[in-house]
Amino acid sequence: MTQTLSRLPALTPPAAELPVRAEALRAEVREFLADERAAGSWTPRSDVWLSGWDEDFTRRLAARGWLGMTIPAEYGGHGASPLDRYVVTEELLAAGAPVAAHWVADRQIGPSLLRHGTDAQRRKYLPGIAAGEVYFGIGMSEPDSGSDLASVRSRATKVDGGWSLTGTKVWTSGGHRAHAFFALVRTSPPEEGKRHAGLSQLIVDLHADGVTVRPIPLLTGAHHFNEVVFDEVFVPDDMVLGDVGSGWTQVTGELAFERSGPERFLSTFPLLAALVGELSGADLGAAGRRQLGSLVARLWSLRRMSLAVAGSLASGEAPELAAAVVKDLGTRFENEIIDAARLLVSVPPDPGAEGGYARLLADAVLHAPGFTLRGGTNEVLRGIVARGLGLR
Amino acid sequence: MSAHTDLPVVDPDLVELATSVFADADVDGTGLDTALWDTLEQTGLARLAVAEDAAGSGGSLLDLAAVLVEAGAGAARVPLAETDVACRLAAAAGLDVPVGPLTFALDRAGALTVDGDTVSGTLARVPWARSAAAVVVLTGGSVVVLDPATATLVEGTNVAEEPRDTLTVDGASAAVAAAPDGAESEFALWAALSRALLLAGAARGALTRSVGYAGEREQFGRPIGRFQAVQQQLALAAAEVAAGGAAAGSAARVVVRDGVGAPTAELAVASAKVRTGEAATEVARIAHQVHGAIGFTREHDLRLTTTRLWAWRDEDGTDGEWATRIGDLVLAAGADGLWPLVTA
Repeated sequence: MTQTLSRLPALTPPAAELPVRAEALRAEVREFLADERAAGSWTPRSDVWLSGWDEDFTRRLAARGWLGMTIPAEYGGHGASPLDRYVVTEELLAAGAPVAAHWVADRQIGPSLLRHGTDAQRRKYLPGIAAGEVYFGIGMSEPDSGSDLASVRSRATKVDGGWSLTGTKVWTSGGHRAHAFFALVRTSPPEEGKRHAGLSQLIVDLHADGVTVRPIPLLTGAHHFNEVVFDEVFVPDDMVLGDVGSGWTQVTGELAFERSGPERFLSTFPLLAALVGELSGADLGAAGRRQLGSLVARLWSLRRMSLAVAGSLASGEAPELAAAVVKDLGTRFENEIIDAARLLVSVPPDPGAEGGYARLLADAVLHAPGFTLRGGTNEVLRGIVARGLGLR
Repeated sequence: MSAHTDLPVVDPDLVELATSVFADADVDGTGLDTALWDTLEQTGLARLAVAEDAAGSGGSLLDLAAVLVEAGAGAARVPLAETDVACRLAAAAGLDVPVGPLTFALDRAGALTVDGDTVSGTLARVPWARSAAAVVVLTGGSVVVLDPATATLVEGTNVAEEPRDTLTVDGASAAVAAAPDGAESEFALWAALSRALLLAGAARGALTRSVGYAGEREQFGRPIGRFQAVQQQLALAAAEVAAGGAAAGSAARVVVRDGVGAPTAELAVASAKVRTGEAATEVARIAHQVHGAIGFTREHDLRLTTTRLWAWRDEDGTDGEWATRIGDLVLAAGADGLWPLVTA
């Protein structure tokens, strides 16, 4: 019983190696982080790219040249390779350092402005991003639009000199402290069968008249998420990002950058490191060593996949399938760390602890539901993979 | 930190050649596919990464890695990996090997007694021994090149019907040389790396077949691949295939970069064997679930890859054994050493 088989698409790009230069940079970042830790300037936490907002730390990173690394020098950046940025980013996340303030701006706003922004937009924002002074949020989801992002209802209507924006965005991390965000909005009514048309990205000043930012507390009670309501907010024409009507293409490109980075498998790494600390010197049986080893094998493999995608992105490709796979596996791995941390060490999670294992565990447990939701739910990502396999 | 250099790229023509050679092979038989082996010898694939002065093709390990993945995907009935490891081990000990298919045994238990140039004892579950021109054994401090004809052979198989034979020798004469330092750990890694690459290929083969089947098999009036429930399962399988493939391919690169004796190679190869082993379990499960009852029969070709996934995940060190080894490395590194270990 034989069957003709067509070939599968490439599920991962070819393996990438970091250049020697990037490894020298890694040593510098480690030294910096060791000094920071010695000075007690912050405590390692889980999910720091959402929750670790520390503008002083962000500015210290900027002073070292580690923000806006891939932004060209003419816009205040450093013209470095995305792989250099990868190394800095993974070191910061592994250390549990507070990177939330600059996270969105550094990861996706800078690259999007470079791809779609006007020269004036770049000059307005990029130097501030690289200096660690300008922070951004994400304006994609809405109360009735989550996974089905094309159904957004925030609407911009043409007025003299710009657009009048009305609607609501939700889950905007750091929106209460950010300066601006890119809002995905409808600039022309939906057409039958062309639901991705008529969407645009507007750069919205979060302090503009008519913008209300309201907190949405997370399970921890902490304020990171926000609802952002627009009531006839005026957005000038020169704050349209890219082309009117090209919002969908631009946003999906932005999401590709969002899906395969080290933040998709390192959100609970500080808990894993703490777990190893708890277990060192303990009498851990073979089953425990096996479980720990299996986790680290997964981590090693995920990092290699993520690096391969980063190498591919750096050479101008858009490996959408591989990026979706990294996020699906990586965010599940972040949850697997929590399972192991609970099963191998008998310490109840304590959200009130100042630091240490019980606090890392509590934060991880309460943040975990978000891992497999943000940036496209894992089910949506599997749909992308299924399409790549030719099943839909 | 080792130097990262621009590594050679795998020759796409070579991969194309390997794919077509394995695709043309007779997959339904059992035991050695002698026609396929002859083709591999004629095309230079049989000893691809063996030095030219040892009758090999002098190719790179990366080339071999790519070919092993194709061999796994094609369920090739040949000791390609075993021949490579046997040649490496014999060469490391300065011993000659005959032409033809070879096999390799790592005698950790010390089942073989070496006395001068005679050997006695029983080696269990030696891959392809019945068809091998020589068995290259690493036992204690010695490397032994044994002619299977001097042994009593009891045939056995793994769950994929691949030969795993028991050899007993009683004062048989053999070529013997001292093993190089560190040979036991290094050759355990060579064997595990080869197996991980084969597993990565077999996982891809099982997924390819499952995606194809889901597109053809109709139930409830449409191909089952149109159902989200099936799509989600196949996407999970694809993620496992991707992870296993990336792990095995990356481990081969680390071995090329740093050498098999480097500490980085141990974590890399162990991770690859664990990850491909875990992928094997998940991919085989989903592949069978998608195929339904027909895949569960010996009549259907799905078994060619899934039974290999089940066999190979437990060979050359089970994923459990290698995971335990990684656990030991991690505990030795400690909390502050974990990240440097993973990124080295």
